[in-house]
Amino acid sequence: MDLELTSDQELLRDTTRKFLQTTVPLTEVRALTANPAGFDRGWWSTGAELGWTSLLVAESRGGGSVSGAGLRDLALIAEEMGALVSPGPLIPTNVVAQTLSRDASDELAGLVLPGLLSGDSVAAWCAAEPGRPLTPDGMTLRARLDGDEFVLDGVKSPVEAGDEADWLLVTATGPDGLTQFLLPSSAPGLAITPLRGLDLVRRNAEIRFTDVRVPASAVVGGSGGASASFERQIQTALVLQCAEIVGATDRVFDFTVQYAFDRSSFGRALASYQALKHRFADMKLWIESAQAITVDATRAVQADSPDAAEIVRIAKAYVAERCPELIQDCIQLHGGIGVTWEHNLHLYLRRVVLHRETYGDPIQARDQVAILAGK
Amino acid sequence: MTEAPTASGEPREDLDAFRTRAKEWVTANLQPLNGADPALGHATDDADHVIRVKAIQRKIWDAGFAGLCYPAEYGGQGLPAAYQDAFIEVSYGYELPRLFNTPTFTIILPTILDFGTEEQKKRFIPAALKGEELWVQFLSEPTGGSDLAGALTRAERDGDEFVLNGSKIWSTYAWKSDYALCVARTDWDVPKHRGLSVLIVKVHQPGITITQIKHVDGTEEFCQEFFDDVRIPARDVLGQVNDGWNVASRLLLHEREAVSGSSPYAMAPRTAARENDQVGAAALAQVSGGADDPRVRQLIGEARVLTRVHTALVGRIATSIRTGRLPATAGSIPRLSNGVMRVRLATIAIDIAGDRAVAWHDGDPVGELGVAYLGRQGVCIGGGTLEITRNIISERVLGMPREHAEDLDRPFREVRTNTPTQRNRS
Repeated sequence: MDLELTSDQELLRDTTRKFLQTTVPLTEVRALTANPAGFDRGWWSTGAELGWTSLLVAESRGGGSVSGAGLRDLALIAEEMGALVSPGPLIPTNVVAQTLSRDASDELAGLVLPGLLSGDSVAAWCAAEPGRPLTPDGMTLRARLDGDEFVLDGVKSPVEAGDEADWLLVTATGPDGLTQFLLPSSAPGLAITPLRGLDLVRRNAEIRFTDVRVPASAVVGGSGGASASFERQIQTALVLQCAEIVGATDRVFDFTVQYAFDRSSFGRALASYQALKHRFADMKLWIESAQAITVDATRAVQADSPDAAEIVRIAKAYVAERCPELIQDCIQLHGGIGVTWEHNLHLYLRRVVLHRETYGDPIQARDQVAILAGK
Repeated sequence: MTEAPTASGEPREDLDAFRTRAKEWVTANLQPLNGADPALGHATDDADHVIRVKAIQRKIWDAGFAGLCYPAEYGGQGLPAAYQDAFIEVSYGYELPRLFNTPTFTIILPTILDFGTEEQKKRFIPAALKGEELWVQFLSEPTGGSDLAGALTRAERDGDEFVLNGSKIWSTYAWKSDYALCVARTDWDVPKHRGLSVLIVKVHQPGITITQIKHVDGTEEFCQEFFDDVRIPARDVLGQVNDGWNVASRLLLHEREAVSGSSPYAMAPRTAARENDQVGAAALAQVSGGADDPRVRQLIGEARVLTRVHTALVGRIATSIRTGRLPATAGSIPRLSNGVMRVRLATIAIDIAGDRAVAWHDGDPVGELGVAYLGRQGVCIGGGTLEITRNIISERVLGMPREHAEDLDRPFREVRTNTPTQRNRS
């Protein structure tokens, strides 16, 4: 967590923490496994009232942040959600809301943003494609012009909250280059298939586009002009992923340290064995490092720093690689109980592995870091 | 961790004006490195090197850029750490008297500031800042390993003097140095931590013999010293007699700051990241021509991730200690990070270089990567092993039970040192 918070930010964090603890404790998270959406719509609306959906949206378009630095505020919420493996479409809804706030026409923003801000509607960002790295070059989902309409063909997967979303923001290769479209999830020609998934409450879908016709007014930003927007979306998603991962991992590390004090073997607390103490020292290094780079990345993206693109991918590469390993180590230190369904450890591992693999994995992140370094 | 003392009131010059003035001076007065390794500068292994760095430090002193964060009454400039950072920024890529950086500026002088008498502070701090006196640490002993408090080197009181006998080892460039801080045992009849004293020792004086130790990379910067009835004035004890562990502990704290890159007194880059970035990745990619190779890109990416994360960590831990979120012993976290990172960077370097790191043309810098790999573990040993570092983190940061020690509560005279132990074989 950022070590320099304003009192308003502390209030936001504390309010979110209390609300999550009360409404979706881990027992409730487990219960939501049976819920097809993985979250309750009324609950999400209450979260929206606490600011979960408005922080990346300009005040002129109905949003507003606590500190004037909306992404830093939102990262605090993401950390709290990670700490309790909370449900809800936090990343896709915020990515789409931010994009609409920055790039959409007044008409489109007026039509869609109020619902997203109030939590009455939910959006998904259709970006990833099967078997392809998540980069703007050569998206295979095509948008061709037919008269004054665009026709979309292709497949997007995995799409976070894709089955639950009311609105889809689609990143496609258009006649003029990378272009984004906003369409209702009820549009004809869409085949939305829920996917099975590792996380118990965060769901993904595959969405097939077959001759999906959208009007020119569905274009968000200019036709062919979505590259900068795409980069911003990726950076936002990566910051929120890293924040959730460190929130989750910090919690796991914390209760594992406690376990080492509470549990004894051969007449001694586990915490007294040097072999284990050294592993805990390494883990302390990793969690502090993960938090440090996440805060740096959040600040860099927030400030539009020239090196934000690199730092945020450095953060993803480190956090998404190191933290799942750290949690696996915590499982090891718990012994047999650590690999049971009963124990909450796997809920956290599920969440961080989900984030490890989506919106670009550590291998892709390292590759992009090297490419950016060479420029 | 140390807070740089700030001048009373606002600095008389704002940061931007300072930076501009420093940049102009550095550009006009220091020699550009032109791609030479900034850690070494124009270093050579002979005494000329010392003469050269002392002259450069004197120039820096005369221009008013020496000891930026040291109090003005001891010859410093009394400025906040941001001014030191600015100077480092503008002087990066120029020849600096880095030999003074560690231990003199970042470890020794801060410890003298903490424990010195007024007379000692006035005597030694300005002299070092002027480039007149270079310091070395006499801490480790041949039989000691990381057990610094187990010192066997003895200092016995004789009137107004102490008489020093014993041996120290792993001191860096002792033969180039003028003064040393030396940990010695002054009382054998109390437990080990209560019978130590720290002495200020003139290096070149009767009774001190220095030998150089050749390292795996062929360098001879490390030394061993033998003390044979070396006479030291009693006024040259730093801190109180028999309170040496307290002084040494603080010294180690400054050392951790120096190693982890968070010392406000460093005049060379405070984090390793910038140098590692260059050495470990970008330069290597050019050497191998491998930036288009996905395998090499993974390694370059990993190196940049490690160095940038380390930089972020250094900042976070420094802030955490300053605000009380973590205890001062958390300085061991960047120390651990630094060791682990550099080990990995050394491996990445030879992985990129491939067979050119083990068989190379004369003068090809790629060969140095292979040589550096041989000495890779040094950074995990010097200044206390990473095993001790992990103990400190688990015991003093996470609060876990301390390792059992048999020498804590008995007079040091009765403590066993290096006698063989029966090995169980079945």
